[in-house]
Formats: sequence, C-alpha cells, structure tokens
Amino acid sequence: MKEIIRASYVIGRRDFTAIIFSKAFIFFLLGPLFPLIVGIAAGALGGQVARDSAAPVIGLAMSAEDTQAIMTARDALSQQLGKGRFPDMKVLAVSVGPEPLDPRALLQDKRSGLAAVYSGSLSAPVITGTQGSIRRWQGEMALLTGYANSNGAMTLPDIERDIVQKSSSDAKQIRVLTGQAAQTLLFMLTMLLAGMVLSNLVEEKSNKIIEILAAAIPIDAVFIGKLFAMLAMAVVGICVWFAAGFAGAMALGGGMPSMPEPAVGWPIFFILAVIYFTMAYLMLGSLFLGIGAQAATVREVQTLSMPTTMMQLVIFFFAMYTVTKIGQPIEQVASIFPFSSPFAMIARAAQVETLWHHGVAIVGQGLFALLILRISVWLFRRNVMKSGKKVKKDTSEARKLFGLFPVGR
Amino acid sequence: MTAAPHTAMHANAIEARGLVKEFDGFRAVDGVDISIPAGSIYGILGPNGAGKTSMLRTLLGIIDPDDGTRHLLGSDKPISKSHLVGYLPEERGLYQSMRAVDTIAFMGALRGLPLKEGARKGRELLEDAGLGKAADKQIRQLSKGMAQTVQLMGTIVHDPQLIVLDEPFSGLDALNQAKLEKMIRAQAEKGVTVLFSTHVIAHAERLCERIAIIAHGRISFDGLVSDARDRLRPQVHLETENRDGPWRSALPRETEAEGNWWHFTLPESGVEPLLTALVEGKAGVRSLSIERPGLHDAFVAIAGEAVAAEMARDNAAGEGKLP
Repeated sequence: MKEIIRASYVIGRRDFTAIIFSKAFIFFLLGPLFPLIVGIAAGALGGQVARDSAAPVIGLAMSAEDTQAIMTARDALSQQLGKGRFPDMKVLAVSVGPEPLDPRALLQDKRSGLAAVYSGSLSAPVITGTQGSIRRWQGEMALLTGYANSNGAMTLPDIERDIVQKSSSDAKQIRVLTGQAAQTLLFMLTMLLAGMVLSNLVEEKSNKIIEILAAAIPIDAVFIGKLFAMLAMAVVGICVWFAAGFAGAMALGGGMPSMPEPAVGWPIFFILAVIYFTMAYLMLGSLFLGIGAQAATVREVQTLSMPTTMMQLVIFFFAMYTVTKIGQPIEQVASIFPFSSPFAMIARAAQVETLWHHGVAIVGQGLFALLILRISVWLFRRNVMKSGKKVKKDTSEARKLFGLFPVGR
Repeated sequence: MTAAPHTAMHANAIEARGLVKEFDGFRAVDGVDISIPAGSIYGILGPNGAGKTSMLRTLLGIIDPDDGTRHLLGSDKPISKSHLVGYLPEERGLYQSMRAVDTIAFMGALRGLPLKEGARKGRELLEDAGLGKAADKQIRQLSKGMAQTVQLMGTIVHDPQLIVLDEPFSGLDALNQAKLEKMIRAQAEKGVTVLFSTHVIAHAERLCERIAIIAHGRISFDGLVSDARDRLRPQVHLETENRDGPWRSALPRETEAEGNWWHFTLPESGVEPLLTALVEGKAGVRSLSIERPGLHDAFVAIAGEAVAAEMARDNAAGEGKLP
C-alpha cells in the first residue's frame, strides 16, 4: 500500500506539473467562459429574433361602436395589467361589399398575418382561430369584452402589498434549482476531466511510455496517480474560477448574491458537492482509464468512449428527472445506482436536511470507484502489452464484421 | 566480478518454470523454463515475433502469465523488486516536453530514487556520456540516438541489480551500438545481471556468457555460448596436392570435395590420427585449418534452418548494422 501511494505520488506529481505548465491548462481555465459567452450570445440572438418576429395580431370584425369599446378597454386595462398582456389588434371591416366578412377565409389569407379574428357583437362575441390561438387569447378577449360591456364601471381593486423575503414555495423551488445547478456543474466538470484523463492515458500509450511505467510500478498506482493529478488540476481550476467570480462580483459592486440556503446549509453543501464531484469523477475517470487501456488508437478510444459518454448523459438526465421526486422510489434508485448517485445525492442535499444518507452514499460510491479501478487494472494487465507477430489459428478468421462475424477470406 | 551493489544476492536473478502467456488464443510464450544466473550477461536470441518481448514482460511482471511460475530476484511478485530492476523496453518512449535530466530523474523516481538524487546522478551520467549540454534540453530537441541514450541512463540511474534490455541495439548506429556494448560490460563488471534480447547474433556472441534461443514462444537452448557452439563439431578445411590415394579413407564419408579442397567435420577421434593418415598416405597437405563453429552455426543447428533464415531476413530488413 505504501508503495502504491509513493508511486501514485510520483505519477501524480509528474502529470500535475505537466498539465499546470501546459497551454492546455489556460484553455481549461477559460473553459467556463465558452458556455457563458455562447449562452449570452444565444440569449441575445434569441431575444432579437423574438423581437423581430411578428407579434400576434387579432383582427376585430365588429361594429364600429363595439370595436371602439374593445380598443378603449384594451388601453385602460393595459395600464393596470401591463402592455404585453394583450395582443395587437387590427380593425377590420364588418363586411366586404354586400357579403359579410368571412373570418375563416381571412385567416387562410397569408397576407393578413392574423392569429385570430374576433367578430360578432359585445353581447355575443365569436373568436375564430386555431385551437392554440383560441386557447391563448380567449381569456384576454373575454376580459376586454367584459370591461367594454361594463362601460367603464368595472374596476380592479387596489390590493395592498405585504412583501416577505421568501415563502416556503419559493424556497422549495429555489432549492430544486440549486440542486439542478449543482448537478449540471458536477456533470460538466466530471465529463471534462474524465475526458482529459482519457486523452492523457492514450497519449502515453501512443508515446510508448506506459510500458516504462507498467514495468516500474503497479498499474493501480499509474491509474490512481493520473486520476488524482487531474483532480488536483480541477481543484486549482475551481479555485481560480471562484476567485475570478468573486473578484468580478466585487468589481461590479454587487457583492456576492444572497441565495436561499440549501437544506443542509451552505458549508456542508459545498463539502458534499466537492465529495460528490470527486466520487463521480473517480468512477467515470476509472471507467475511462479502463477504456483507454484497452484501446490501441485514438480512433478506438473515441469509438469505445462514445457509448459510455452517451450512457453517462442518459444517467445524468435520469438524475435530473428525479430532482423533484425526492423520497419517491425512482429518486431512491437514482441515489443508489452508483453512476447516478453523486448527482441524485447532491440534489437531495439541496432539499433534504438528513445527513446520514450522504455518509452511506459516499462509502458506496467510493467502493464502486475502487471496484471499477481494479477491473480496469485487471483488464489492462490481461489484455494490454501484446507484442510481436500474431499467428492466426484459422485463415477464415482473417476478416470479421464487427470483429464477430466472418465475412470471407 | 565484484558483488552487486544491492541487498541479498540470489543464485539466479530470474527463474521461470512452465511459463505460458496467450493472446487471443495465440501462445506468445509456450512453456518457457529459464534460469538466468546472477551477475551474468545473458542474451535471448530469436527472430522478431519469437516471443522474446512477451517473455520479458511476463518475467518482469508487466503482464501476468496464464500458467507457470516466475521468480525475479527471489520474489514471485516481480513488481515488488522493481526498485532493483532497470528495464529498457523495445518500444522507446519518453515525455517529449520533459528535460533530459528530469526524464532520468523521473525514471529513477519511478523505481524509488529520490528526485533530487536522480537529477544529480542524471547530470553525472550525461556528463560522462558527453551529453552534458543536453541535460536541460527537452527530449523533443534531442536526436533519436541522444534520446535513446537518455532513456538508457534512466534505466540505470538507480543502480539496479538486474538490467533488462529489450532489443537495445535497434535504432542505434554502429558508434552508439559500441558504446552500449561497453556500458553493458561495465555494468556486468559491477556484478549487475544484464539480460537482453536481440535478433542480431553478433551482439550476443560478443557480449554473452549465456544465451537462450527462443522460437515460436519456446526455448530451444539455454546455456553457455560455448556449450551452444560445442554442440557442433569443428569444421576442417583441407587442401592437398594429390586428389587421390590411400589417405582418402581417413576422410569422413560426408566430406565435401571442391577441386583440391576438402571440407568435413572433425572426426570424433580428433586431428592427430587424421594428420598421420594424410602424411603417411602422401596426400601432400598444402593447408589445413580447423574452424570452431560460430554462434550463428550453433543457432542454425539448434533453432533450425527456417528460424535462422527468418532471423537473417529480420537482420537484412532491419537494423543489424554491425557485422
């Protein structure tokens, strides 16, 4: 054990310094900026698109008096309920020549640009449109018509406001959001680091260094050293990000935003987040190391790791799905299943005060990470380091589809 | 030879019995029995693909055997003795962005040498090899030969008791091959066991006291180089003035005639009865030479013509730059 720790330290130290002093680390530090920039750009673009796209317009095909009454009601209620509450309106003629206006025909005319047509009279109004349009605007038009029918007699009471900082509903909702945010952060970091540790191993295999390492120290130590070097690098990165975030917040003069406390309290939540991140990373990292050890080329690594990445994505979505289902069987499954457990448990920490669950989960996750590591090492020692010419037992095995089905000689 | 600079000595540095290693149903190592005496220079001879590398990896504990036992420096857990072992794999690999001196120190650290001590010794080794100026250069800035030398220094920086070199001469020019031979001899003089694999017989012939000949994962011969040679009788090359006479009956039946030249294996009875018969039979001996078989001849005899031809092809295609 002492030798494994010593050897892991030698590997970890080498990898850590190599990464920290490489250009790749700068990109790692800048990593969170990319989704942020993309998010801001996408948001701005989406907003612009939404503004540029045509707002829904309701055509008013009523008598002049009724139309005027609706427009007056719209102006009056918009002051109290907000301008965006009601759609734009276009006044239409009640009839075209001797024929009454046909709302259906009007809606089919692509040039009209109308979402719905409001016709009839204030006492018997008719709204014509798609089911979606009707569902969306029926209530608003009824409100306007009711106000118009009252001739201004209908008033909205002035409600006294008694504002509190938070409600139990708000706190619950925000705790769910905190859990989801923590899950997402954990997942992104885990995938990023596991991917980096995999690349690192593949690089060493292609550099032929792995044999020197395997001959000198136990493979367990090689894997552990690599995993912890990457973890240490992540810790440095997280510290830099937090420091930058704090400095940014201070520079902007806002200070740190006050957020509702997770169920277990912020300090424990942070500690648990770090532990669950470590566990998720150790499990996935060990799995990726096992895959990397089996693969001979970068292409093979990509092929082998893609299903694992996809599977991890599914597991992450599964854990996300259970955030609002604390205590239900599905959430318990997510908490027990090793790969989803860190994500499910951090969401649990945001919403449930109980701590002993976390102790059990952490021990379980640790043991599972160790098991994967042992399997990866065993597979490495069993299957890797083949050399020399390979004599085929049977020439019919020369070519196989998917490596399984003979397809001729 | 002086004693090895380490702890307890074992009669055999490496000992294996019935070692088997299969890859996808193919037996790379097929029931190998081998004993490598401590303090010897031991060569593993065989063509590419014979199973040399797989055997070395199995002996060193890099991979586990499917069957059989192995003891390295007295331990059946070879990796536990790695601090006493230096290993240069056939496929050379170094961190390209690491400095030469750091590379040597790192390789020493892997085998338990403190980094500072490794760096100090690394500089010394580089200075001794005339590569002092390369100490602070990154590996990628060095020539292939220099990088290989750095790796070799990383293999010996921790003063191992056993040095295992897999095809150490491949990729080296004649000058560096000679330097490597010198280094191997120097290590052996310190009492270090040196085990190396090669498919170039000349290296083994110059360096080794003992060899193993391996083909198709099996060991065909394991013993002294002289024993391998002694498996063949010396060859006699005789030139006579006369082509016929009573002396002809003294020549063995399988003698090959080539004009006035006669080539045959020295009879069991030795050279004296032959000489007497030639003189008394008035053969008119112009020249007579008795040639002791080389390791190549012994290899052909032991491993078979096919394996020898395979090895010759490897040499021609590859790296055997020294005769």
